[in-house]
Amino acid sequence: MSTTTVPPGTRGDVEGGIGRTVDRPDGTPKVSGGFAFSSDLHHDRMLWGKALRSPHPHARIRSIDTSKAAAMPGVHCVLTADDVPGNPNHGLEHTDQPVFAADVVRFHGEAIAAVAAEHPEQALRAIRAIEVDYEILEPLTDPEAALDADPIHPDGNLFRHLPLRHGDPDATGEVSVEGTYEVGMQDQAFLGPESGMAIPTEDGGVELLISTQWLHVDHGQVAACLDLPPEKVHLALAGVGGAFGAREDVSLQVHVCLLALATGRPVKIQYSREESFHGHVHRHPARMWFRHTATADGDLVKLEARLLLDGGAYASTSPAVLANAVCFAGGPYVFPNAVVDGWAVRTNNPPCGAMRGFGVVQACFGHESQMDKLADALGMDPVELRLRNAMKPGDPLLTGQIITGTAPVREVIEACIAHPLPGEPGPDDPLMTLPGGAGLTAERRDVRRGTGIAVSIKNLMYSEGFDDFSTARCRLELSPDGQPVATVQCAAAEVGQGFVTLAQQIARSELHVERVLLGPADTSIGSAGSTSASRQTWMSGGAVQIACRAVREELLARAAGREGEPLAGSRRVRFDLRGSDVVDLDSGATFPVVDLLAEGPIDLTREHHHAPTDPLDADGQGNAHVSFAFAAHRAVVDVDPELGLVRVVQIATGQDVGKALNPRAVTGQLEGGIAQGLGLAVMEEIVVDDGRVRNPSFTDYLIPTALDVAPVVATLIEQPEPGAPFGAKGVGEPPTISSTPAIVSAIRAATGRDLTRVPVRPQDICL
Amino acid sequence: MTTPPPTPDALAYDLTINDRTHSVPSAWLGESLLYVLRERLGMPGSKNACDQGECGSCSVQLDGQLVCSCCVLAADAADGDIRTVEGVASGSGRRDGAPEGELSDVQQAFLDEGAVQCGFCIPGLIVSVHDLLDRVPDADELTVREAISGNLCRCTGYGRILEAVATVQSRRAGGGGS
Amino acid sequence: MSIARPTDLDGALAAIAERPDAHVLAGGTDLVVEVNLGHRRPDAIVALRRVEELRRHELTDTHLELGATVTYATVERDLAELAPGLAMAARTVGSPQIRNAGTIGGNVGTSSPAGDTLPWLRALDAEVVLVSAADGERIVPLADFITGPKRTIRRDDELIRAVRVPRVAGPQHVAKIGTRNAMVIAVASLAIVVDTDARRVRVGLGSVGPVPLRATAAEDLVSDALDWDALTCDADTVTAFARACSEASTPIDDHRSTAAYRRHAVGVLAARSLRRCLS
Repeated sequence: MSTTTVPPGTRGDVEGGIGRTVDRPDGTPKVSGGFAFSSDLHHDRMLWGKALRSPHPHARIRSIDTSKAAAMPGVHCVLTADDVPGNPNHGLEHTDQPVFAADVVRFHGEAIAAVAAEHPEQALRAIRAIEVDYEILEPLTDPEAALDADPIHPDGNLFRHLPLRHGDPDATGEVSVEGTYEVGMQDQAFLGPESGMAIPTEDGGVELLISTQWLHVDHGQVAACLDLPPEKVHLALAGVGGAFGAREDVSLQVHVCLLALATGRPVKIQYSREESFHGHVHRHPARMWFRHTATADGDLVKLEARLLLDGGAYASTSPAVLANAVCFAGGPYVFPNAVVDGWAVRTNNPPCGAMRGFGVVQACFGHESQMDKLADALGMDPVELRLRNAMKPGDPLLTGQIITGTAPVREVIEACIAHPLPGEPGPDDPLMTLPGGAGLTAERRDVRRGTGIAVSIKNLMYSEGFDDFSTARCRLELSPDGQPVATVQCAAAEVGQGFVTLAQQIARSELHVERVLLGPADTSIGSAGSTSASRQTWMSGGAVQIACRAVREELLARAAGREGEPLAGSRRVRFDLRGSDVVDLDSGATFPVVDLLAEGPIDLTREHHHAPTDPLDADGQGNAHVSFAFAAHRAVVDVDPELGLVRVVQIATGQDVGKALNPRAVTGQLEGGIAQGLGLAVMEEIVVDDGRVRNPSFTDYLIPTALDVAPVVATLIEQPEPGAPFGAKGVGEPPTISSTPAIVSAIRAATGRDLTRVPVRPQDICL
Repeated sequence: MTTPPPTPDALAYDLTINDRTHSVPSAWLGESLLYVLRERLGMPGSKNACDQGECGSCSVQLDGQLVCSCCVLAADAADGDIRTVEGVASGSGRRDGAPEGELSDVQQAFLDEGAVQCGFCIPGLIVSVHDLLDRVPDADELTVREAISGNLCRCTGYGRILEAVATVQSRRAGGGGS
Repeated sequence: MSIARPTDLDGALAAIAERPDAHVLAGGTDLVVEVNLGHRRPDAIVALRRVEELRRHELTDTHLELGATVTYATVERDLAELAPGLAMAARTVGSPQIRNAGTIGGNVGTSSPAGDTLPWLRALDAEVVLVSAADGERIVPLADFITGPKRTIRRDDELIRAVRVPRVAGPQHVAKIGTRNAMVIAVASLAIVVDTDARRVRVGLGSVGPVPLRATAAEDLVSDALDWDALTCDADTVTAFARACSEASTPIDDHRSTAAYRRHAVGVLAARSLRRCLS
């Protein structure tokens, strides 16, 4: 039953409401330069903080001498692990990552000390004056060796082993294909580097203005590390310049607060791009083996897979990322039988954690490569093979969970391939449009075109029994000019996705009020959970919806009260909000909202929980997930096989969105997500050489420019999801997931090369 | 703006930004124009995302040329004509008769076409697109893509941004835009 | 701490003579970045942005002389006829913003192995015009000027006044490989000039050695084999030329690519660029 069902003529179609293309409330300041990102924070008395980071991936710290740094002009304090009063560690699922490395450094770029100085140049000079005596240790950089190697952390080298056994492990079929695949380390590479300001408060506490994805999980970790009672630590969201998973973990939060408390001054930390690459988690590199078995007719019989994720030095969200990779190792297809094992391990490589797609990106590259291979072995059209095995409602996942919601896999595939192919290249096309772009490396005759398709499934929201919730507050009152105005408050982090727009849309639709203000996103209200896992529209959108509905109920109750009776029993359905009046549907009596609010404001807070899930059992079975979104991508690429250069020509997609609450914003999510998938396919990789990051800059970590992205043609499949507020599914992650394997499939088609690794490098194609 | 914080070594100069003269009484020689705009003159509209001319978030015009302000030594811009995103909306030199503070047509089109997500790259893109359309009003799509290829955006995949540029062109040509 | 902002060359030379420790600032796209990243801490700077005479290019009977602060954008826009290969190279430099600021003198002075204009300049036996208050001008071949990655023979009291190349006729091409379609450091690049007056094919290679290289053996081979009147050559010559260019490269493995790919790519670029110039 969808919650979108509304009586005709009421909440379904409101100007600026749900389903409309609505402007962002933060749009004008963002285009005029006035929007305050966290790096724009300024305080008259502020100091600049900066962290010293390890140049070694693995070393014992014999000693740290901060005396020279502390004596430098403009330097106010230098802090090390000895100065952390509370929990010396933080971490999202396991608190295993030191605030400052104390005795051992475990990755290149790990923070060792921090300084606060009057000027950023003084801070830079000061950290370079800190003398650290390192005993360099051999780094553990091969994830396959991690399990047998000596532990590099007291918690051991295994973050999680997740076995999944489904159906008959001995099932056989006529056709089998095997493959081994690798995914490189991708970075979120948001544009606005980590930054924040901490301001000491008079009660001995601290206020932290921070760009983050989840204020409350930061809050808990910061308070624990500072050894302050939670009420003395106040966090407020400062403007966030993109996130994509990289802002889920603590980066500078504790450092900046420690510096502020130590100096009694406001302190700002703003990461350089290099520091940003060292300071946040990345997408897990993966090594994956698959064997797909099918009947001669192309019915999938069994999936076998072994997945190894390199979690780097600290746990972050590795266990949950692994669960996604394992649960969705087969993709959006029905397998009666499966034997899957996944491991996430600790190494001295950079820590890995959340990034858009969260474990499914890696698995999808593997399973979609396999589906192409299987189609080839069967002599079958790859689209036909996918359609034949596509999940539908009522089908089981590898975990045994039955899909009870919508699962328009066939529909997304059919919509995707229905888009016309782009026109064939012409002899007069500018050379700039060929692979190699401005480098003028090719002529048309050097280029071959290829087309490929890939399909994905992504779980929405958190899984495995986590009681996920969001909190929202709605206040409806009369403004000084006598008009109703709603204020919605929710701690959901607006990171660019447009939740602020959606919150206003929901309030307008539920309350028929034109003016909707947004309260501060901070820790004065309950948690909204993380802006991740495609969950905020569902979770916080749902929280805003039920808070607004509670306010509406109170309006109806006030109207009923005017008729001298409580709003109860059969009277409950007699009243409704129609336009700007509450109407008694029996008597026809109308009660203007303006009059009802004259009694005083209505101010209510509600928590929204999704339907509960279960943990996975010892065989990886269980109802562990809430809901699923599906997408198909078709890529058309031009390849220069001799030089190995690629130009993506077009991406077509069909995506299961449940319902598009703000169609233009959905389009933006699709195009942006596809660009990140394109990046992983052909250019993006953090190059780690013996534990050292070799390219922590925008000079060498390449993300797509406007000359690299391809036009996107998209069809949104709208089948309202039962249980989802307004029937909407999160749309952020799927575009990033199957776009990558679609592009690689197209490159294979153009070149005939096997291509088992992303990003595909020129030498992978031509040597 | 308040008193600037003490500086490693002090240098004084004036900058002309959006037709107004600003004094920089005490700065370190090594400070970029981006740093001085943001941290000394209270104009944080130009963004710092890479510090090495590889993202375009800090784009400004210096003597009519589009440049990355992170690559300009502030003290060397002292007699230059500097235009930042803060000057775009004022209408100065941009659109005839546009009142102070009103959005430019490029800014409006970015809003109308949904080109803004996190928004960190947007001020730089606004400056770059103005620069392009002032020079090449009828730029074709490939020209537009090349012209903004130095402005990285991580959220949008550029699709809505290209739409916004097309809308400005259409509106300037007398059409209504989309 | 000082910044000198001279408005003419004499002023610039006086400033650098007074402070030989000064960093020379032109477009800023190298120096200011190094300062931003904390790699350099200038105590004195001589800024050349205002020196009008350095911003000009001049055509003599024998040479094209490019003032040190001629920007890539100027080359791209104004020199496409006079120096087509250089214009192609200039268009691949960084972003439009960088091309508006960065200068030819800066590219030569920084002398990165990946400097985008260097293969073309090297192919044309470019000369660097150095000048100092004490000794006046000296003219040094680019090949001698660059002694290693980001190392040159420029003395602290000298400025690059200009870079000059002989005037040549005949087709040219510059090709650059990067793993992105724009704003990318070269993984390998090649400049070819089919000098029809001298009947010499000239080839410069970039990002495949510590300094920009000449493929002399390849040049000899193709210059001998070419039908200079028809501007054609047979397929075997193209193949041999490509192989010789490959063999002239001395690439390394690094985080941007592998030596094997670079060597291969040089051969492909050589064959294609030659065919393009001849067809």
